[in-house]
Amino acid sequence: MSEHILPIRLYVTIWAALLCLTVITAAVAFVDLGAFNTVVALVIASAKALLVVLFFMHVKYTSEKMTKVVFVAALFWLLILLTLSLADYTTRLWS
Amino acid sequence: MEQQKHAATLGMWLFLGTEIMFFGGMFCAYLIYRYWYFNEFAASSRTLDIWLGTINTAVLICSSLTVALAVRATQMGRRKLTVLLLLATLVFGLAFLGIKGVEWYDKFEEHHIPGASFHFEAAVPQHPGLKIDPQHAQIFFSLYFAMTGMHALHMIIGVGLFAVLTFYAWRGRYGPDYYTPLENAGLYWHFVDIIWIYLFPLLYLIDRKK
Repeated sequence: MSEHILPIRLYVTIWAALLCLTVITAAVAFVDLGAFNTVVALVIASAKALLVVLFFMHVKYTSEKMTKVVFVAALFWLLILLTLSLADYTTRLWS
Repeated sequence: MEQQKHAATLGMWLFLGTEIMFFGGMFCAYLIYRYWYFNEFAASSRTLDIWLGTINTAVLICSSLTVALAVRATQMGRRKLTVLLLLATLVFGLAFLGIKGVEWYDKFEEHHIPGASFHFEAAVPQHPGLKIDPQHAQIFFSLYFAMTGMHALHMIIGVGLFAVLTFYAWRGRYGPDYYTPLENAGLYWHFVDIIWIYLFPLLYLIDRKK
């Protein structure tokens, strides 16, 4: 699937970026940003997850289109689960 | 052979898709209860050890690097390097579980494990006069143990899997022509890493300042 071998420097760079983001997200937790604490934490988490998926899991370099289809489909179903459930529970007190 | 490899990896991705739905259900429950019992969740979340959580995140990221490098070493046909990197992965995985065990033990000592002996007293954040409802704090800890417990179970399975793969790699079963089991186990390990990447901010971080 990923027959070409990626340079070792790429892996180490991604690893360093992931560690930096971990330190940043832990530090930001001690700063009061109001509702944005949650937003920043989740944006950083998603950035880390994306780095892992694209580089460690080789999704960026795979020639196999089905992998990307499965990955995007799984995310899409997860999004349906979360949006529809939360749309229900967060609007129950509106009436 | 080429097609078999493609099929195996596609199967692994499909399995990970079902795993996303499995953990997604728990994440969804967490978000809904956090919305309902906001103050209790904030107060409970603050009792978790943010330092141990951060260290564990770093440990897991390091283990993901060693797995990725082990797959790369196999692609290059370097058997000894592969075995060393896989052993490092096992050490990181066990370190994560050890630290997690220390955290759980602390919760046990503090009577924060849901059940008959559950005890939790705290004030509503920023309203020192108001007490929170311990029953709702118990829901936070139920979800905390369910989510970190299922994650730890996945880690234990991963460590077992990699122990077997390390043995086979040492015997020289894998090389540039055949390394599908290593690659797919690596995909699984990275996935478990990603679950923790989301558990860490949701459980430890976002309610630290409110």
